[in-house]
Amino acid sequence: MGLTITEKILAEHAGLDKVTPGQLIKVRVDLALANDITAPLAISAFHKAGGKRVFDKEKVALILDHFTPNKDIPSAIQCQKVRKFALEQGIPHFYDVGEVGIEHVLLPEEGLVLPGDLVIGADSHTCTYGALGAFSTGVGSTDLGAVMLTGKIWLRVPETIKIIYKGRLPKWVSGKDLILYTIGNLGVDGANYKAIEFSGKAVEELSMDGRFTMANMAIEAGAKNGIFIPDSKTEDYVKERARREYKIYRSDLDANYFLIKEYDISSLEPQVALPHSPGNVRGISEIGEIKIDQVVIGSCTNGRLGDLEVAANILKGNRVKKGVRLIVIPGSQKVYYNAIKTGIIETFLEAGAAISTPTCGPCLGGHMGVLGPGERAVSTTNRNFVGRMGHKDSEVYLASPAVAAASALLGKIASPEELE
Amino acid sequence: MIIEGRVWKFLDNIDTDVIIPAKYLNTSDIKILAKHCMEGIKPGFSELISEGDIILAGRNFGCGSSREHAPLAIKGAGIRAIVAKSFSRIFYRNAFNIGLPLIESEQIVETTDEGDIIKIYFDDAKIINITKNLIFKIQPLPQFMMTLIADGGLIPHLLKRGKW
Repeated sequence: MGLTITEKILAEHAGLDKVTPGQLIKVRVDLALANDITAPLAISAFHKAGGKRVFDKEKVALILDHFTPNKDIPSAIQCQKVRKFALEQGIPHFYDVGEVGIEHVLLPEEGLVLPGDLVIGADSHTCTYGALGAFSTGVGSTDLGAVMLTGKIWLRVPETIKIIYKGRLPKWVSGKDLILYTIGNLGVDGANYKAIEFSGKAVEELSMDGRFTMANMAIEAGAKNGIFIPDSKTEDYVKERARREYKIYRSDLDANYFLIKEYDISSLEPQVALPHSPGNVRGISEIGEIKIDQVVIGSCTNGRLGDLEVAANILKGNRVKKGVRLIVIPGSQKVYYNAIKTGIIETFLEAGAAISTPTCGPCLGGHMGVLGPGERAVSTTNRNFVGRMGHKDSEVYLASPAVAAASALLGKIASPEELE
Repeated sequence: MIIEGRVWKFLDNIDTDVIIPAKYLNTSDIKILAKHCMEGIKPGFSELISEGDIILAGRNFGCGSSREHAPLAIKGAGIRAIVAKSFSRIFYRNAFNIGLPLIESEQIVETTDEGDIIKIYFDDAKIINITKNLIFKIQPLPQFMMTLIADGGLIPHLLKRGKW
């Protein structure tokens, strides 16, 4: 019996020839990361466990992205704690305001995550790196503190659900729509403890940006990791960024899957997750007229250049509907810079958007666009739980950058088709 | 190890944003986190409960973010164990790592009401509903998890045992 890509990466990092689902293994970690919310607790855990030096300073990344630029005094104090630790430890991959991007946009862009890696992050959306053919998963701060100390972690080998996306992508259907559809179909715990392997012609058509979006939201179906088999697009992406060796893994033809699902997406329409669950997904034609107050385009899910470009092309030459606030947040300084160079930012400004420096900000109700009672937002982010973006009586509708842009122009949740 | 307490019930898919809303993530102070525990779904929860109480919940408890502030808030508020039909995986790791034991059981959640007193016998892998006089068998926790809890979480465990 062959192995899946997930099993192969885990076996390699456990120093074993093979692993089987359910097995508890101890693996070495290629990169451990934490942010301004999770790092302070991880640093405390590291010190409490007697930690003096991190296991390998090249393999730790600390990213101040959630509540930065500091939104208030307690946030400033949390950042000070991380900054001090990064300096003491001499951690080269420490990202502060001016260099920082949203962690899961930034680290692949910097070439710090590569195919075949095993990445552990104190952030649930660490699963994003599966887009590169890496095994990556989120943990809490105590786990991360122990990884910073030992360079190792215990994991249970997950069963794999393989999803085959058949057919060609319809015009306005993106990686975001595919993953929303998938979460709606599997349910928010449909892949709990499991790996999701994304495959099929439709995902091969996707850009790397689209694949990052899909792997990013694997956690929203409960998955431990979401993963793609690297292809020429992956190699093109990493070859200009990698500063060390990497290894491409592929699932064996006779690999064992817990479940194989096939979706024919050739007639899929843009998808929207209604409040208050990423699994509460409908096709856009089924949701009726829903007026909105705010639109957010950004986040670790949809804050890459390709995402901003799609939105800008829809907004070009138009103005955001009076009464709607459009907030655009490039995912990294590079994305921001390239969006300026290519005229995307100009288009946003002409359309009446507010542009923010890279931050997680409103996605988790931190700052830069917190919602008041009764307010509704269309957002390209990843969660729409009760109170996620602010007041507990506010509502978040999750959608693609294309739907977000069209909605900003029409003042209601809308497909870009309505503008054609 | 035995834990006895009064039951508070919650439904399916209780996410970490309702357990501890992100506006409180600018601190790691357990007292502050505990005060706002469950604020997104049951405001004032921390005032209602007594030290030693137990949460019973439906499927996928703790889904969403990796914030360890969620189990810390629950533990800090005085909850000593959570029994749910299932847990999301990051929450599961986090809870054991900070010394908060979790039990997965469909049956107990179905048959127990809020306010019942239950007693969890971890070593004997059973739970008794004292109020209703019912006994349930549970899946024994793996030895590794039992040791983690007995030691008080991952960090005390590492300190005590020197390794994994």
